[in-house]
Amino acid sequence: MPDRVNVLKTYKTYIDGAFPRTESGRHYKVYDREGNILANACQCSRKDVRRAVVAARGSFPGWSDRTAYNRGQILYRIAEMLETRKGQFTEELERTGYKAKRAVAEVESSIDRLIYYAGWSDKYQQVFGSINPVASSHFNFSLPEPTGVVTIWAPEEQPLLGLVSVIAPVITGGNSCVVLASETYPLSAISFAEVLNSSDVPAGVVNILTGSRTELLDPMTSHMDVNAFFYTNPDIEVQQQKQIDENGALNVKRIIRKPMEDWQDKEAKSPYFITDFQEIKTTWHPVGF
Amino acid sequence: MNIPDYSQSPPIDQVGVEERVARLNSRSIKKESKIKALEMALSMVDLTTLEGMDTAGKVIQLCQKAKRPHPYQPDLPTVAAVCVYPRLVSVAEKALRGTSIHVASVATAFPSGMAPLEVKLEETRQAIEDGADEVDMVISRGEFLEGNYNYVFDEIAAVKEIVGKAHLKVILETGELQTYGNIRKASDLAMHAGADFIKTSTGKVKPAATQPVTLVMLEAIRDYYYRTGHMVGMKPAGGIRKAKQAIQYLVLVNETLGGNWLHPDYFRFGASSLTNDLLLQIVKQKTGVYQSLDYFSND
Amino acid sequence: MSEKEPTGTEAATPNKAGNSVPGLDFNGPWKYDAAPQSSDQIDLREQYDLFIEGHFQKPEKGRYLPSVNPATEETLSSVAEATQQDVDKAVAAARKAYNKTWSEMKAADRGKYIFRLARLIQERAREFAIIETMDGGKPIREARDVDIPLAAAQFFYYAGWADKLDYAFPGRKARPLGVAGQIIPWNFPLLMLAWKVAPALATGNTVVLKPAETTSLTALKFAELCQDAGLPEGVVNIVTGTGQTGSLIVNHNDIDKIAFTGSTEVGKIIMESLAGTDKKYTLELGGKGPNMIFDDAPVDQAVEGIINAIFFNQGHVCCAGSRLLVQEGIADRVLQKLRDRMETLIVGDPLDKNTDIGAINSEQQYNKISEYLELGVEEGAEMYQSSCTLPEKGYFCRPTLFSNVSQSNRIVREEIFGPVLTIQTFRTPEEGIEKANNTPYGLAGGVWTDKGSKIFKVGSKIRSGVVWANTYNHFDPTSPFGGYKESGQGREGGLHGLYPYVELVPG
Repeated sequence: MPDRVNVLKTYKTYIDGAFPRTESGRHYKVYDREGNILANACQCSRKDVRRAVVAARGSFPGWSDRTAYNRGQILYRIAEMLETRKGQFTEELERTGYKAKRAVAEVESSIDRLIYYAGWSDKYQQVFGSINPVASSHFNFSLPEPTGVVTIWAPEEQPLLGLVSVIAPVITGGNSCVVLASETYPLSAISFAEVLNSSDVPAGVVNILTGSRTELLDPMTSHMDVNAFFYTNPDIEVQQQKQIDENGALNVKRIIRKPMEDWQDKEAKSPYFITDFQEIKTTWHPVGF
Repeated sequence: MNIPDYSQSPPIDQVGVEERVARLNSRSIKKESKIKALEMALSMVDLTTLEGMDTAGKVIQLCQKAKRPHPYQPDLPTVAAVCVYPRLVSVAEKALRGTSIHVASVATAFPSGMAPLEVKLEETRQAIEDGADEVDMVISRGEFLEGNYNYVFDEIAAVKEIVGKAHLKVILETGELQTYGNIRKASDLAMHAGADFIKTSTGKVKPAATQPVTLVMLEAIRDYYYRTGHMVGMKPAGGIRKAKQAIQYLVLVNETLGGNWLHPDYFRFGASSLTNDLLLQIVKQKTGVYQSLDYFSND
Repeated sequence: MSEKEPTGTEAATPNKAGNSVPGLDFNGPWKYDAAPQSSDQIDLREQYDLFIEGHFQKPEKGRYLPSVNPATEETLSSVAEATQQDVDKAVAAARKAYNKTWSEMKAADRGKYIFRLARLIQERAREFAIIETMDGGKPIREARDVDIPLAAAQFFYYAGWADKLDYAFPGRKARPLGVAGQIIPWNFPLLMLAWKVAPALATGNTVVLKPAETTSLTALKFAELCQDAGLPEGVVNIVTGTGQTGSLIVNHNDIDKIAFTGSTEVGKIIMESLAGTDKKYTLELGGKGPNMIFDDAPVDQAVEGIINAIFFNQGHVCCAGSRLLVQEGIADRVLQKLRDRMETLIVGDPLDKNTDIGAINSEQQYNKISEYLELGVEEGAEMYQSSCTLPEKGYFCRPTLFSNVSQSNRIVREEIFGPVLTIQTFRTPEEGIEKANNTPYGLAGGVWTDKGSKIFKVGSKIRSGVVWANTYNHFDPTSPFGGYKESGQGREGGLHGLYPYVELVPG
């Protein structure tokens, strides 16, 4: 008999700053790399996507209105919170079959990635904006503005670093998002939601669902109130890619596909991940007395 | 009369005004419409001499020119008025007696306006007594720029009282007010205080009349008309030397205030050398041959 | 919608301005005589072939389409219809030029060719302006003062980028994509060609361009310039034809990038066609631009801005300010001024230098606008048109205002692409912004107020790629242009206009 009966964690979803179960009441089993059952995860439905998009849209005006400095601080705060729970995340990764060293590396890289983007939050506008010397008496400038609500498929592998690497540039740029966690390894994502929830990230800015990619492809890519869809899977089937693109055509969605094999690669972070989810706005104003 | 409600004086965007003028300048006035414009412009000229060295002789010659702009084109309209300093009003009045040409006198310590109010009023009274049909007064720009709008308003009203039924043209000296916002405000103020005409400049300050300034003033006249039903006239003065410019001004009037203002009662040019260029272009239009100034009297 | 409509339509009538003042007379004694631009010097062939690999070539199937002057309904010339084999040839020529010459050439030399094109357009500007006007119906004043100078400037601007791309993308190297397929609309034929071709060439791509079927002539004249400039064969290929030719380009396997300007409807079809491929694409699509006039606006300039926003180029402008949103306190004044200003608009012969509004580009477009006019009236909107007379022949439309409309009217929601303005009022900035953004489009918007802080606030809230503050419908090669939401993806113009034509690789 064990000294103490452990309390097991129930993995739910993260929508609008709360942790509800899927409205469908369905679940699927999550296994480690040896095939042992780890936990039950929510098998989210299209209605969960719908709720999450509503939450994301609701949070967008406020989040995009935050000062760049403030967003940077919040990104930094997420990193701080993750740092304090390093052990928890390392252990969770190990349970999915990671070797200890690799688990530590993934958690540390995830923390560093958040800090990387935290630092970009008040710089990408300067680097990627412009003042345009028009040939008339006007002051003319172009600035990046967030695209809006982004739905994201988190990478299937590297369930924490991959997740952080796709969320961070999107929210650094002032967007809100709905993320579908790695289907096979969803647990880190839900734990990461707990970090977000304690990091001053306003409710609805990041919403995390778990479930089947195939099932949720349609609602995530056809939703008319979603402005962009982001996925990085290197091994997408052509038929799925076609379906995503065709759904995108419904409302001229920005479909951003960045195939990435290894999120530890030095090309796995760059400000261009931020600008992919920015719209350039050009403003004209006369110059006169 | 009440001082105007400045909330009704809209802000003016410089670039927008200048772009509008550029667009109006792209009008291409040809053939009959050009002859009509040239003749209209001629009929709107206030033939002007405002020099320290003006004499009776000079004014008499100018009046001759006014009556008969071109000896060989007797059918042409005469100019609208002859504009002189107050002490030469009686000379002009005598020279123009029996014609429809008006005598206009500058007044109120033209061009600076820097004299005590009593002196300005007395000068105005004198000009009217000597037979001026029109008085071109200057506003006190210093007071305006200091924000003493009431002072400026009262001064105009006081002059208007003396001018009576004669026409009062109020010179804003827009080159000193500088901004279109000021020009708009001064236009509104002058009209509310009793101006029959508003006028850009004395001709002594650069820039004098410009088309954008004129457009701003025409727009003020338009708003005042819609508010009161009163048609105030417009007189750009200074720097308008060429017929082409004059036609551009007429386009401004035509498309801002419409045809009713295309009349010497409501639009004037303060100019002197413009007259001969208008005549030159009229003769060219009629003969099809480019002209030389040797064939035009330069009184 | 519980919005209060401008009592404006009534009160704004000049002679009912509250004190029985007669309206201004804009049909007075002085009428401008016609000042037609001579087209004697214009040399148009009876028939134009396809421009492929530096030469004009007959279309494989031998079919030609008439190109009609919409102001006279007369046929000006005819242009070839490119079919599959022609498009294949053009793409092959572009691919060959890309591999053999253009991508091998020193960047500075590439730039020099583009500079040459800019200069050649300037030299032949008048000729281009006249053809643009005859072919498309736009006033000569606009073709002469806007379209052609801006087209030349576009080439001049991007020419200089050719050897400076290392400075454009921080931390990355730019590589050309290869062959760009470009499809352009009929509203600014040469200018849209310049927007597409100049950045593509500067970044080292070669192009296959399809002009719109009703307005191909200046593109074919541009082909002559490419010959005059000694541009290597195959770098620019111009294939004329209908939408079918366009879809052959979109679906061509050997094209790396599609750039399209046109309707949102067609843009979505293109996105579907490209689904599952890795072709890059940029889209400049439709719009329903809000033009917001606040009560502290420079009102006379704002009225001029409203005119420019909706009546520029007969309203055939994707970024047109077609929805006027005016704050209630000044709605009556604005409407009165707007009507007066509309009376001074001269509608007629596009070649007349005094014409403000020319011919509707085609019979098809004319019919579409007419349907919307009928729809507006059916929907219960109040229609006002200026009193101008229209020529008997040709496709002309009076400048039109619709008041008494709300967000739910189709004429408020759909892009009409004609000289038709809808007018709504708002009370507070928030209400105005909400109405401005209540649309799937997001190309451009206007905001008029004398208050600087309000401009920045409202400007940042309008969800569109261009915000014109106290101005409207200004364009410049250095200034990025493009849409949010269903108005498109990607930017054209400026530094940001380079991105769509490059692949970024680690520096």
